[in-house]
Amino acid sequence: MLPLQIYKMKTKIIFLFSILLVVIFWGIVNGPSNLSFQQLLLPQNHDILWLRLSRVSAAIILGVGLSISGIALQAILRNPLAEPYLLGTSSGAGLGAVIALITGMGTIYLPLAAFIGAIFTVVLVYNLARQQNKVPVQALVLSGVIVSIAFSAIMVFLISLSSNEALHGAMWWLWGSTQVYDARLLAVVGITVFLSVLVIYFFAQDLNAISIGEEEAMHLGINSEALKKILFFITSLITACAVSLCGIIGFVGLVIPHIMRRVVGPNHKVLIPATCIMASIFMIACDIISRTMFSPLEIPIGVITAVIGAPIFIILLKKKQRIT
Amino acid sequence: MDALIKINDLSGGYTGDLVVKEVSFSVKPGDFLGIIGPNGSGKSTLLKLMSKVLTPKCGSIVFDGRSIADISLKSFCQKVSFVPQDTMINFSFTVEEIVLMGRIPHLGRMQMETKKDHAAVIQAMTLTDTLAIKDRPIDELSAGERQRVVVARALAQEPALLFLDEPTSHLDIGHQVQLLDLLKKLNRKNGLAIVMVVHELNLAAEYCDRLILLNKGRIFRQGSVAEVLTYQNIETVYKTTVVVKDNPISSKPYVILVSEEDKACRQN
Repeated sequence: MLPLQIYKMKTKIIFLFSILLVVIFWGIVNGPSNLSFQQLLLPQNHDILWLRLSRVSAAIILGVGLSISGIALQAILRNPLAEPYLLGTSSGAGLGAVIALITGMGTIYLPLAAFIGAIFTVVLVYNLARQQNKVPVQALVLSGVIVSIAFSAIMVFLISLSSNEALHGAMWWLWGSTQVYDARLLAVVGITVFLSVLVIYFFAQDLNAISIGEEEAMHLGINSEALKKILFFITSLITACAVSLCGIIGFVGLVIPHIMRRVVGPNHKVLIPATCIMASIFMIACDIISRTMFSPLEIPIGVITAVIGAPIFIILLKKKQRIT
Repeated sequence: MDALIKINDLSGGYTGDLVVKEVSFSVKPGDFLGIIGPNGSGKSTLLKLMSKVLTPKCGSIVFDGRSIADISLKSFCQKVSFVPQDTMINFSFTVEEIVLMGRIPHLGRMQMETKKDHAAVIQAMTLTDTLAIKDRPIDELSAGERQRVVVARALAQEPALLFLDEPTSHLDIGHQVQLLDLLKKLNRKNGLAIVMVVHELNLAAEYCDRLILLNKGRIFRQGSVAEVLTYQNIETVYKTTVVVKDNPISSKPYVILVSEEDKACRQN
């Protein structure tokens, strides 16, 4: 890059980062109980401060995890419209959670059940798509879609057999919330997502090459099959963790990478850090809206991301069509 | 002169069937070798076997004195690069970013490009006449421009040997000549060895020094253009009637196809 381009890029990143700081502050100060920032710091309000900090952290973890695994999948599948749930993680997690709710295992085991469901689905999808030691991407997408539909059907079947109460719990959970009941869960998921995103960033150059084509990447000295397998499992791990922490939150993994490709370009060395910042901003903002718009009622955050994300996505899609 | 790459009794293909059977030949530094043959004769598969995309079933490929099975993919790609038929790119990388990817085999992971890398990129873009479009997004270029960019990326790898798989099949006649003239120049001036799979027999005749004619995975004939492009060889392999004349300008063989209708007229 030329010095001018690097300068422009740095300005954009610094600008985004300052917005992020503002949004984090806004996220901490805003809430159903009207407290000023000074009041929040008082010892008797520590619980509320902790609650809001954990929500902001959860929003950042989710945003970063989902959008970066979106980026990695979009590169492997060479399709900017791929999203982290494409390979069945969400329906697997949903099915796991619904089974946990119906069998009355209690809410403590809900994240674990969702995680097991997601990992089980991913292993199933992977093995359905595998042909000897290769995993063709078309087969991966196809088996992902098929398994998703089958598991969603089983989930709806189980919900329809059960009582309304369980159904409401399941629905609420599936649409996502940053309300975290367990600090240890937040810590474990946070560390896992952080390390996984680092690994993906480590492969930034390889992602550039494979987004042109698998054979093209091989001609540049990259072992495409190994790269696909590594990234497939890392993105699955991230989405499984994210779903088990906060339910299924759509559109983040699709819209944020898409916007950021327009802002900083498709080079993953820049795209990944820029997307981390933007995704955090987006998720914290959505979370604030979800808990303050109809206060004291809380709207599931998945509803907010979809309501904001879908129109943005349609606009981007229309713009793209006009060019081509 | 020692062979740059020597293929000995090579057989291979995708899972199951052998597409390439008992093929032997060698490429010397400075060679411009064309691989021709009908659809499904194993041309592209042969190129994939030679570029480490596919693993051979049996036989050996020796590059620079070492079996390519023993060379890591990365160090192999520092010396050998590849231009595919057409590259569909769904992401808006700029031309410069695409060409810069040619430096990946020379870089460690997370290593920033050095001055030397940028110099190689500038040189590759100058040679391919793509320097003027370096900031344009790749997905907005015409097929001809895009193919020049892909060649630039292959040149940025600073290869000793360049493989091309039907590089001109999506180009009009003007762009075909432009691209092949460039390859010829690189071959003559820089001594770059080139192995090119090509469908169009007259392009092969005009630009290649040596040809290999494949038929059903085996070498039917190899040798100079005049030796390979005879009407007997072509009629046997392609199962069609042709007339071979000399090109009045280059005096190289020139293949003329004959339609069914004309053939009937002649016979009456």
